Amino acid sequence: MKKKRSGYAKWGYIFCAPFLIAYLIFSLYPILYTVVLGFTDFKGMTTTTFHFLADPFQNFKAILSNNSFKSALGNTFLIWILNFIPQLGLALLLTAWFTSRRSKIRGQGAFKVLFYMPNIITAATVAILFYSLFGYPMGPVNDLFVRFGWSKEPINFLLSKNTARGIVAFIQFWMWYGYTMIILISAVLGISPEIFESAEVDGANQWQTFFKITLPNIKTIMLFTLVTSLIGGLQMFDIPKLFLLGGPDGATLTSSVFIYNQAFSGSYLYNRASAASMIMFLIICVLSGIMFFLLRDKDEVALRKEIKKREKEYRLAQKKGGAR
Amino acid sequence: MEKSNGSRILRIFIYVFCIFLAVLSIMPFWIMIVNATRSTTVIQQHAVSFLPSNYMMNNLKILLGKSFDPAVGFMNSMIISVGATACAVYFSTMTAYGLVVYNWKARQAFFTAIMAVMMIPAQITMIGFYQMVYKIHMTNHLSMLILPAIASPSMVFFMRQYMIPALSLEIIQSARIDGAGEYRIFNQIALPIMKPAIATQAIFSFVSSWNNLFTPLVLLTDKKKYTMPIMVSLLRGDIYKTEYGSVYLGLTLTVLTLIVVYFLLSKYIIAGVALGGVKG
Repeated sequence: MKKKRSGYAKWGYIFCAPFLIAYLIFSLYPILYTVVLGFTDFKGMTTTTFHFLADPFQNFKAILSNNSFKSALGNTFLIWILNFIPQLGLALLLTAWFTSRRSKIRGQGAFKVLFYMPNIITAATVAILFYSLFGYPMGPVNDLFVRFGWSKEPINFLLSKNTARGIVAFIQFWMWYGYTMIILISAVLGISPEIFESAEVDGANQWQTFFKITLPNIKTIMLFTLVTSLIGGLQMFDIPKLFLLGGPDGATLTSSVFIYNQAFSGSYLYNRASAASMIMFLIICVLSGIMFFLLRDKDEVALRKEIKKREKEYRLAQKKGGAR
Repeated sequence: MEKSNGSRILRIFIYVFCIFLAVLSIMPFWIMIVNATRSTTVIQQHAVSFLPSNYMMNNLKILLGKSFDPAVGFMNSMIISVGATACAVYFSTMTAYGLVVYNWKARQAFFTAIMAVMMIPAQITMIGFYQMVYKIHMTNHLSMLILPAIASPSMVFFMRQYMIPALSLEIIQSARIDGAGEYRIFNQIALPIMKPAIATQAIFSFVSSWNNLFTPLVLLTDKKKYTMPIMVSLLRGDIYKTEYGSVYLGLTLTVLTLIVVYFLLSKYIIAGVALGGVKG
């Protein structure tokens, strides 16, 4: 019997081999290569050789003191926050409405399809579409503004730094709130209906039900959306790259666009770009770690501690027993 | 009585608000499609119109007369997306099968490693990836955008979650007794059982591959190898600066397939999104 199992075990390795080989070549090697390049003098379009720097952290220091990188990092966070807070807020509101047991909203299927639609459209197309929509002097948005009398003169929206950032954040919000909503709704539908029924029996109103029962029960999923949105947001590339090419005056330059420009447009500073990538990676790791720590389930942590303590006691008791 | 009045007002408000959001989703694309049929001069007078015009062929002529080539972009995007999706779903299911069905020594460690690398963003590794591809002189090969899909950690994770309850080991045992080889059991028994999961994952893999701008932009420099998103980025260039009608038409051409496919498969796509959230 035992022999037979080990006979089949080799198939486990065989079935996982393609994944492993592809991962080693296309992911692990590039990761390590990027790490190494961050410590070298590797730059220039056609260079193939590189040397380690005397001061290994020179590139990292250069990036961290680069004003363009600092402002790119600031823009990235600002745009992410401006997009995520309203996104989560709206998604929660729609979730509360769509899952409410009292006011059954009809046409939910159609609404979901329409709210999610922008997410599936090529981000590159969306970026250039919005660039055209906000065109000056006669883009569609200006046309509407003048026609409805909201503004006498056409406005050149894309010259103002804050408006430009706001529009990028709006595009991100517009593309992603439907996704977040669908995920939150499916999380709420996963909560056992008995909990809601007993809350109703106890006379809880809709607000109480939402804040005391629904929200705590979808905390894990909210953490999931938060972390994935953060990781995605810190890599925001297509929209800022194509909407205003990082402008006006670097206002929509995000860290990903910065890294791309360092490496692939003009300057070919691969070493600096690698160092900047690693800094971004560290930031992502630290932020995800903090979020998991902050939003961890405290009861579960306590439970786990208790289990560990019991196990320890049990082991100690066994040891004593063994010694006896 | 008063209470029901209040809840009626709330209901009306909810519907109005949802219709507003729906219009917000459709409007930009509607303006885009309508303007694709209008001439640049008309657009410059009034950029918003709800009625299409008949200037599309002229716009097309101007569009194709410059660097934008939707046919080439479509073909390349198709090759990459179909290839990458096929690689991703087949090999992810295979890896999940290896993890679920066989009991091997490094199994748990391997799965833990997949979980750990799932969150590493591909962009972070792009410099190293580009340099590796450059060194072996493969920068303009579409295969470099297809083969990496063989290792898709998050898809393996999803497939494993789906496979554990769906695939019974007894069926595999009896197939073995009937004399079927391991590879054949996977292809003829496991793959059909996994069809629903494969279909969902295939849609998302295809869309994300089709929409990807970053990797192709880094790797592809030959115009004949450009993908659809790179073609789109050409519309942002100076040569189309004053050709509004053609720009709208170019944008429409790039998303028309996606919109049609989306409305055909929307039911499955929405269900798939909902499923993807539960896994976390």
